[in-house]
Amino acid sequence: MKHTVEMIVLAVGAFLALVGAGFAQDRLFGAHMWILFFVLLGGTLVLMRRTDFRPIPAGGAPRQSEYFDEVVKYGVIATMFWGVVGFLVGVVVALQLAFPDLNIEPWFNFGRVRPLHTSAVIFAFGGNALIATSFYVVQRTSRARLFGGDLGWFVFWGYQLFIVLAATGYLLGITQSREYAEPEWYVDLWLTVVWVAYLVVFLGTILKRKEPHIYVANWFYLSFIVTIAMLHVVNNLAVPVSFLGSKSYSAFSGVQDALTQWWYGHNAVGFFLTAGFLAMMYYFIPKQVNRPVYSYRLSIIHFWALIFMYIWAGPHHLHYTALPDWAQTLGMVFSVMLWMPSWGGMINGLMTLSGAWDKVRTDPVVRMMVMAVAFYGMATFEGPMMSIKAVNSLSHYTDWTIGHVHSGALGWNGLITFGAIYYLVPKLWNRERLYSVRMVNWHFWLATLGIVIYAAVMWVAGIQQGLMWREYDDQGFLVYSFAETVAAMFPYYVMRAVGGALFLAGAVLMAFNITMTILGRLRDEAPIVGAVPLPAPAE
Amino acid sequence: METYTAMRHFADSWGLLAMVLFFLGVITFTFRPGGKKAAQRAASIPLQED
Repeated sequence: MKHTVEMIVLAVGAFLALVGAGFAQDRLFGAHMWILFFVLLGGTLVLMRRTDFRPIPAGGAPRQSEYFDEVVKYGVIATMFWGVVGFLVGVVVALQLAFPDLNIEPWFNFGRVRPLHTSAVIFAFGGNALIATSFYVVQRTSRARLFGGDLGWFVFWGYQLFIVLAATGYLLGITQSREYAEPEWYVDLWLTVVWVAYLVVFLGTILKRKEPHIYVANWFYLSFIVTIAMLHVVNNLAVPVSFLGSKSYSAFSGVQDALTQWWYGHNAVGFFLTAGFLAMMYYFIPKQVNRPVYSYRLSIIHFWALIFMYIWAGPHHLHYTALPDWAQTLGMVFSVMLWMPSWGGMINGLMTLSGAWDKVRTDPVVRMMVMAVAFYGMATFEGPMMSIKAVNSLSHYTDWTIGHVHSGALGWNGLITFGAIYYLVPKLWNRERLYSVRMVNWHFWLATLGIVIYAAVMWVAGIQQGLMWREYDDQGFLVYSFAETVAAMFPYYVMRAVGGALFLAGAVLMAFNITMTILGRLRDEAPIVGAVPLPAPAE
Repeated sequence: METYTAMRHFADSWGLLAMVLFFLGVITFTFRPGGKKAAQRAASIPLQED
């Protein structure tokens, strides 16, 4: 393997990072550039060591295999790694809220670790899962090798570099304080480059497809890639103070700034965490149960209805703020209308199992996927309800929102990703089956129990919090001081950490299970009851 | 704010109409005669490949 061009680019990049560190306008930018320098230098050295000087064997270079799966394998491993990291950081921040002494100044206080958690789970875990599965699915459903050759590697490694820069930036204290878009301008520019490459690879594969029809999962993936590009660029429009400094100012101000941010924020939910993961649902559930999707025409309507409505729902994050009332009502109405496509999609996913419902009992991977779709239904029921202004006046700013987000993120995004990885690993590494199917069952119950504890506790905590905030006495004075409402949350925060720890334990078990599967081991265990296939009928 | 006003008026008149018509067009096309057969074939795409 020769990587001459890659090595030169990395080495030049490392040198530029060093120059950036030397001429940095502020201390934080300097520190960040030092990190970038060491990462790029490390990358250069790894490539140098991997260079192979042996002559190319007779018969020329090895023939290209049908599909480019090596990058998908890396993506699956990265997904698992960042998942465990992200969940672990989540448990840490949960404990920090319960026990404030765990805030370690300055790098590990809640304000810096919380965005580390959200970005790690959404962008590192979820993003890697989306990139890896989209590369896998688009090749299979287009019957074409991934377009762009090594560009796929650039997308993978470029995205990991974005994650490392974002994460280290948060801990250093570099942030533009836009929720879920915290990285500063230079990291945003890098992500834009990587994302355009991602679009080229994905769209190129679709354009050179051998299958005439574009399967619905690819529509969802494509809408996710295109919309995230648009959201990312618009929301991060900013003017840097210096080209060698970490600080920038948003192009928007006041309520326009707030609306742009939540137009971005809610559509990150709608297109990153919903459309992209629905693409997984529309491929991996039919594959795992070996049946076509319940109604393909419903999936088309699901797609168009979802993308036409989600884009308007953002203003519900700004109820009772300076945002014009008509915009708030618009956000609320579109959120409520989203019930229909969301539940249409949920029913479509669940009914794919019709005629194969026994698999919920006998195949823990199917059970995991079904639970994911069930959580999708629950979270998309709760969300529109919370967007109604009257409900929002109680729920806004409380832990109810946190509970809602986690039932969607852990239940829907987490479980469907776990299901997809359990499906993918034996296929990608050519194994007969997973190391242990029973461990999948354990993972399922640990995760489900964790989510149920988490969501239920945060629901109670949030409603109590909301009621305490608005409790007046007969003189018109507030009954509780803010500190009293914080103290009242302590038992819930401890229980929430327990729920999160259960979810984390399940993910650790999964990491062990897929590691052993990749290593080619098979655990000697009794099959799941009822899973033994019946003898095939005579042909 | 002239640009804003113009865009605002376009958004809730012709823009809105165009999007509604496109959406209705998509639904009508999905339920066209023969659409069911095409849909069944499309649904089987993932199951043909390994």
